[in-house]
Amino acid sequence: MRAVPSSPESPSGAAVSVKGLVKSYGSVRALVGVDLEVAPGTVLGLLGPNGAGKTTIIRILTTLLRPDAGTAEVAGLDVVRDAATLRERIGLAGQYAAVDENLTGLENLTMVGRLYGETRAVAKRRGNELLERFDLLDAAGRAAKTYSGGMRRRLDLAAALVAKPPVLFLDEPTTGLDPRSRLQLWETIEGLVAEGTTVLLTTQYLDEADRLATEIAVIDHGRVLAGGTPDELKDRVGGERLEIRLDDASYAQRAVSALSPLCDEPPTVTGDLVTVGVRARGGAIVDAVRRLDEAQVGVEDIALRRPTLDDVFLALTGHAAESDDEREEAAA
Amino acid sequence: MRRLVTDTLVIAERNLVRLPRAPELLVAFTVQPIMFVLLFRYVFGGAISTPGFSYADFLIPGIIVQNIAFGGFVTALGLNEDLHKGLIDRFRSLPMARAAVLAGRTLSDVVTNALSATILVITGLIIGFSFHTNVPHVLAGAALLLLFGYAFSWVFAFLGMLVKSAEAANSVGFIAVFPLTFISSAFVPVHSMPAVLRDFAEVNPFTITVNAMRSLWLGAPAGDNVWGAFVWALVIVAIFAPLAVARYRRAAGQ
Repeated sequence: MRAVPSSPESPSGAAVSVKGLVKSYGSVRALVGVDLEVAPGTVLGLLGPNGAGKTTIIRILTTLLRPDAGTAEVAGLDVVRDAATLRERIGLAGQYAAVDENLTGLENLTMVGRLYGETRAVAKRRGNELLERFDLLDAAGRAAKTYSGGMRRRLDLAAALVAKPPVLFLDEPTTGLDPRSRLQLWETIEGLVAEGTTVLLTTQYLDEADRLATEIAVIDHGRVLAGGTPDELKDRVGGERLEIRLDDASYAQRAVSALSPLCDEPPTVTGDLVTVGVRARGGAIVDAVRRLDEAQVGVEDIALRRPTLDDVFLALTGHAAESDDEREEAAA
Repeated sequence: MRRLVTDTLVIAERNLVRLPRAPELLVAFTVQPIMFVLLFRYVFGGAISTPGFSYADFLIPGIIVQNIAFGGFVTALGLNEDLHKGLIDRFRSLPMARAAVLAGRTLSDVVTNALSATILVITGLIIGFSFHTNVPHVLAGAALLLLFGYAFSWVFAFLGMLVKSAEAANSVGFIAVFPLTFISSAFVPVHSMPAVLRDFAEVNPFTITVNAMRSLWLGAPAGDNVWGAFVWALVIVAIFAPLAVARYRRAAGQ
């Protein structure tokens, strides 16, 4: 990474620090008091449905939008007061792949480099480096309008990296991409994080947040509903569950009494399915099978299941993650 | 300040490099004016009486002024596209000079305007137009043309930020500017119009600019038209550049 003047942290040591952020569009309250912290070199995933306020947060943090109230610091710089300096330390890749379709890949990156104040030669060299890294070198001389969706998104991400920013903002980086391009982009982002880049990304895909994020903030209706590592969030909706399908549903009560010592809450029964919230993962299956065997209950199938982020999202917001709410888009 | 200049040049270069790759725009600014010249010269020209001038001489300054005013359309369409495709967001997240996006846009219009004016002059020379003054006057006329075109680029920049889509920019621009260019001395002598139109035509900046061009290129009596034309162009820039910049800040900040 380029030697960036070394104060990429706020006094609290965070790469991004947000307190009490409020933003309204007319009468629409997009953000109603958001607090966030992102430690350097980690990934914070803002998870929420369309219109939750994710994009508004990104736009404020990248100086595109002024907050109505609250403070936000990125790389130790205030997003309003130090906006001009801050723009040298951040990269932004949006959901619309903001590249000039009539310029070639190399021309796009060279233009961005020069707008960072580099000479044409330096900007071009950096552009070629990035095209190589993003597997676009073969398409360097072609107009971006001939690129596939995945290539365009990679070019957009490359443009965000021209100045080797210590903090990178990605607004729904993989929305609309096919599974293969998506995986490629994930790997690229993981590579950047491994090199020390701090990433704040928004997503409405739970698997994406689960895979990329060090910490997740679940956002809905302009506020943070919950935050923590993916594991912490999953633990909040309950630990792991043992799902046991019985040979014969009439043995359910016998199974419940056999399994009760394993858990704090009584097991639940739905038909021939017995669900047990287990205290500890280790040995849970063996223990359960042994107890059921002793109680002479026949088991057809047994599995240990972790709650997914879907469960988390449902528990926190009362609705599934991919439900649409165009509030923010309509206002923006 | 140095950043403003270099960033403006980078943006202007970007706009010019992409132009040949969007051929529909190039056609609009080259083939279309030639078509208009030929139509007016050979279809209407015979029926329009222009005392003191051949119709070819009368027509070319008028049609060039009209054409150069519309040159700013590239700016309206381009800005609108940049806004909706997220490029303005990208530019605003970069540590570049804020005004460079608009300044670069209007600057690149000067280049395309010079190109299409040259094409029109050559077409004019082929169909019988000729300069009747000396080189300094002809160059002063060229400078006035480019300044006038630059002024309208700011009008169109404002328009491009104002409307929701490129199609809307197209129709609003056409409805607002097209009649202005026709109710002027561009194609017919204003004394041939009904009184109301004539009163308007006489104060229309298009008339003043076209008359100034006829004075600089053909040696027609100028009156105050030459100064008037330069002043009009500067006034238009002074009004519409701040409007466009304010609109840019607002539109981009949402």
